[in-house]
Amino acid sequence: MTVDEDLVPDVRPEAVPDDAFTVLGRAPGEAPRAQVVAHLTEAARLVRRRDIQMVRAAGLGHIGGEFSVIDILVTLYLAAMNVSPDQLGDPDRDRFILSKGHAAAALYTTLAMAGFLPPEQLGTFMQPMSQLNGHPARTKIAAVEASTGPLGHGLPIAVGTAFAGKLDGSARRTFVVVGDGELQEGSNWEALMTAGNHRLSHLCVIVDRNRLQQGARVADTNDLEPLADKLAAFGMDVVEVDGHDHGALLDAFADVPAASGRPTAVIAHTDKGHPISFMSDNVAWHHKVPSAEQVAQALAELENR
Amino acid sequence: MTATIDAGASERVLHDCRDAWVATLVELAEADDRVVAVVNDSVGSSKLGPFAERFPDRLVNVGIAEQDMVGVGAGLANGGKVPFVSAASCFLTARAMEQVKVDAAYSQHHMVLVGQSPGMAYGELGPTHHSIEDLAWLRTIPGLTVAAPCDPAETAQVLRWAAAHDGPVFVRVARMGVPDVVPEGYRFEPGKAVTLREGADVTLVATGIAVSRALDAADVLAAEGVDARVLSMPTVKPLDEAALVAAARETAGIVTVEEALTSGLGGAVAELLVTRQPAPMRFVGVPDTFAPTGSVQWLLEHFGITAAGIAAAARDLLGR
Repeated sequence: MTVDEDLVPDVRPEAVPDDAFTVLGRAPGEAPRAQVVAHLTEAARLVRRRDIQMVRAAGLGHIGGEFSVIDILVTLYLAAMNVSPDQLGDPDRDRFILSKGHAAAALYTTLAMAGFLPPEQLGTFMQPMSQLNGHPARTKIAAVEASTGPLGHGLPIAVGTAFAGKLDGSARRTFVVVGDGELQEGSNWEALMTAGNHRLSHLCVIVDRNRLQQGARVADTNDLEPLADKLAAFGMDVVEVDGHDHGALLDAFADVPAASGRPTAVIAHTDKGHPISFMSDNVAWHHKVPSAEQVAQALAELENR
Repeated sequence: MTATIDAGASERVLHDCRDAWVATLVELAEADDRVVAVVNDSVGSSKLGPFAERFPDRLVNVGIAEQDMVGVGAGLANGGKVPFVSAASCFLTARAMEQVKVDAAYSQHHMVLVGQSPGMAYGELGPTHHSIEDLAWLRTIPGLTVAAPCDPAETAQVLRWAAAHDGPVFVRVARMGVPDVVPEGYRFEPGKAVTLREGADVTLVATGIAVSRALDAADVLAAEGVDARVLSMPTVKPLDEAALVAAARETAGIVTVEEALTSGLGGAVAELLVTRQPAPMRFVGVPDTFAPTGSVQWLLEHFGITAAGIAAAARDLLGR
């Protein structure tokens, strides 16, 4: 398959459709599960709408990996994690680290959906002097726990954060999302050894298993399989879920910390570019920027879901 | 651990700065339960035995995994700890450079990176284990304080300051014997040079273990009627700009001295002075080469990082 490398097409902001972004905030705590899932589904739809428009306006972004991870981010920030905008100074807040930092637009949009960022700020994505850098920076945004971008950094940091929680006897949990291609970086396996050996039970490693990396399929590049066996061998409790199924993700995250006392690894099976017909599972959409027509089509597809 | 060398007429006691390092770390850990140590199987080489005995739970040993070590340190900082990440400087800096850049400096985490046995301390083990590059590399990273204390008292002070400083700090901790250098009552400040000897003819600017050697060189020069000023520069980043500009203005020129590539302290001083107060300079340290095989003492002599070598550089600058 040929990979389209056109990073910066001719962007015409006037061609970007008007945004309709409503901050839904957290799913109601005591609501029936079906209502929570409906809340997350709608939030994910709005996040994807905003994300694709941000990428279009910036002329840069990683739309494929953003659309694969959005359901995970929305589930964490709007339901699973014990963290809120007025609680960022609480040492016992749950932590989230996006190790695949190139999906920054998805994180920013989710943070706005959860009330951590003013939605207007999303319009500055990658503009000069914006706080919304192409990769998230903890010195620029209070809700960002770790600056990421180069792959293989977030998981060791998450291990340290979880280690600190263990030393303090804190109930807080640390969630980290790594890309599957990212697991080719050796630092992740150093960190997984540390996590397993020290039984960091409050650590949850989420693998965004979209099977694609920048230039090709992971399996055709430097295969990870048998991934579940490898993670288990490193001392994780491994669960595999549909990474676009909010209910399944909720269940997986609710089981952290695992009764076994081991850290949890959630292999979230996703599709890059999900659920847009022309992007989904298509390696060309790692960092391709959609045309105005493609944005319109994607928005129409999202409207009908 | 102490040793003595014959320094001319008098014998003087030499100290392994790692003893000051571990004593200070234990003291800091006693006072503040956020203090933790992170190591890469380097408990022995970091002389962390007393800390490990006293605070076994607060010693995070990730094994031989430097990228993980620095990342875990950053995460511990995120989790409210004050991590001292300690490893042989060659591995801490080179192997984990991207983590030093991103997880420590760019992220502005409150963490202390402790480069053990830096420079050519591992003498005969060769250039793979030397860390002559660390000062040159790290001084180019924004937001990182880079310190090379010259004796046990300054080592302790730098560590205490770093424990309280809300930002990333790299500290060299020397294993090679050094005499006591800083005066009684000395207080370390980053970016603040210490004038160890006044002088009007030429200025010797040194950092780390080279400071005592620069003082010895000043004695040699004084015997020849050359009045050398000696500035100790405990931080290569930030530099003491005012002291350097004054020295460049008030004396004939500057000789920098370091147990490192001369692109460390020397390069930093030259970059500053070329725009602020251009002055003749000479650079004592390791030139653009990997060191040959030899003990650290032999290597220091080989590269002229000695009283005689420094004095010769000063004479050359003065045209004498």
